[in-house]
Amino acid sequence: MDLVGRPADAGRVAFEREASSSRAPSAPFAGAPNGEHAQSDADAVASRAQTSKMRTEELRAFFGRSEVIRGITLPIPEKKVTAIIGPSGCGKSTFIRCLNRMHEVVPGARSTGKVLLDGQEISRGVDPVRIRRRVGMVFQKPNPFPTMSIRDNVLAGLRLNGLRPKDPASLVESALRRVALWDEVKDGLGRSGLSLSGGQQQRLCIARTLATEPEVILMDEPCSALDPIATARVEELIHELQSSYTIVIVTHNMQQAARVSDYTAFFYMGELIEHGRTDAMFTRPRQQKTEDYITGRFG
Amino acid sequence: MTEVVERFGGSVRVRVLKDRLVRGACAGAALVALVPLFSVLYYLTVRGLAGLDAAFFTELPKPVGEEGGGMANAIVGSLQLVGLACLFGIPPGVLAGIYLAEFGNGAFGRVVRFCADVMSGVPSITIGIFVYALVVLRTKQFSAFAGGLALAVIMLPTVTRTTEELLKLVPEALREAALGLGVPKWRATLRIMLRTAAPGIATGIMLAVARVAGETAPLLFTAFGNRFWSRGLDEPVASLPVQIYTYAVSPYEEWHRQAWAAALVLVGLVLSLNILARVLVRHRVRT
Repeated sequence: MDLVGRPADAGRVAFEREASSSRAPSAPFAGAPNGEHAQSDADAVASRAQTSKMRTEELRAFFGRSEVIRGITLPIPEKKVTAIIGPSGCGKSTFIRCLNRMHEVVPGARSTGKVLLDGQEISRGVDPVRIRRRVGMVFQKPNPFPTMSIRDNVLAGLRLNGLRPKDPASLVESALRRVALWDEVKDGLGRSGLSLSGGQQQRLCIARTLATEPEVILMDEPCSALDPIATARVEELIHELQSSYTIVIVTHNMQQAARVSDYTAFFYMGELIEHGRTDAMFTRPRQQKTEDYITGRFG
Repeated sequence: MTEVVERFGGSVRVRVLKDRLVRGACAGAALVALVPLFSVLYYLTVRGLAGLDAAFFTELPKPVGEEGGGMANAIVGSLQLVGLACLFGIPPGVLAGIYLAEFGNGAFGRVVRFCADVMSGVPSITIGIFVYALVVLRTKQFSAFAGGLALAVIMLPTVTRTTEELLKLVPEALREAALGLGVPKWRATLRIMLRTAAPGIATGIMLAVARVAGETAPLLFTAFGNRFWSRGLDEPVASLPVQIYTYAVSPYEEWHRQAWAAALVLVGLVLSLNILARVLVRHRVRT
């Protein structure tokens, strides 16, 4: 495992968090998915205590004729960090965009199968706008609104939805404190969001998402445009957020997956090859493909 | 080093020489392009200033043979016509542009886009005749209203296509950011996309306004002209371009002088409208 960044650390962190959790040792992957390649943790099957916040069943996603997601069944445990890893073009981003109905925004895109949020089917028959308020999203490139100040960016999610927060000042402060940006920007809340550095912009975007109080946060390679220091800040932030939010993070960076996530799912060519507890997956991958990928033999 | 250079052919000296040659040619062309612009401005300023005095801005035209007088009615008339054109032309133009940018991928969108492109090539006098037939013949009266409408029709395709193009330039990431926050599509379009594109759209609109402010032909048989103050939008109204035309083709020296002054005022008017729009947009976007 010396090929992966800080495997020992990551493993320990994951275990510690498990231990400190008031819940029973989690087993979110109860009921093995019926994908040919997928296998679930033996211990996961044993205990069914952990609840799934979200779950996909036989999810397939298409761009025009090409099938990008080929029948993925994956539970997403509540108040845990789930990492999705896999080589470029394996459908990671498309998958999480299906979780908040952002996939359908692209012309020609469609999907079949089920996406469940708290047990309710959300992939059709529901207003996507309502889903996106519950399942927030942080994008690959920081995208603060260029015409708005830092303050207005934080409040944008509420204001654009026609809500008038009673105490906007304290809301802005608490959201910015949560992302550890407050001390850096408190003297210039009126400045443009674009005046910040890339890492600060990304934390601003996370604050903007937090201000709308979603239940699930999807992060699509949130650190790929950031330098290592900014990346570390965002990763710390993810650690802190996971006590109150269910987080799904797509990442190209396996060390990052090992550092921040409780569970990992490995996608390859639109299929789910393997998923399970992160520590187990990175130390004892069950599939040859997974091992090849995490040891850097392809991808 | 030599190997690399040989592979690309020619020595470094030749390449530096080529670079200078091309750069020099570009700079020369830019200068040539500026020559007519500056000579027009120079000539206009010199000739125009001669006929310009306070009375020009405050008084009505004097009858032939009398010295002095001004074009106050034409200045106000031009502002009225341009204002009406903005009122009639900008809202439908911007909305049509939004439609084309957001939903215009179907057959209908293509037809609208094509029509807009064709319309922007239609000679302005044709549009004047169109409004003459549509409004002037029915109301049996030349009017500021008809003039403003004619100018609005001329503006429409430019405003539509500019709005569309500039909305398309706004990064898709911003729309996704808004949608990802649970914002409905229409509101994301208005509050994020349109707002972000606003400075560019305003510039495009100003170019359209500048163009119609100088239009003469369509006004000849819509707004017509008026030697006195017009008392309402349903009356013929004077405008700077028509007044310039009338005075410039007249045989009187005094009128020629005033035509030059009017031309200078017209350019000044367009320029200040331009600056005003830029300042307004910059101010609004910053807050």
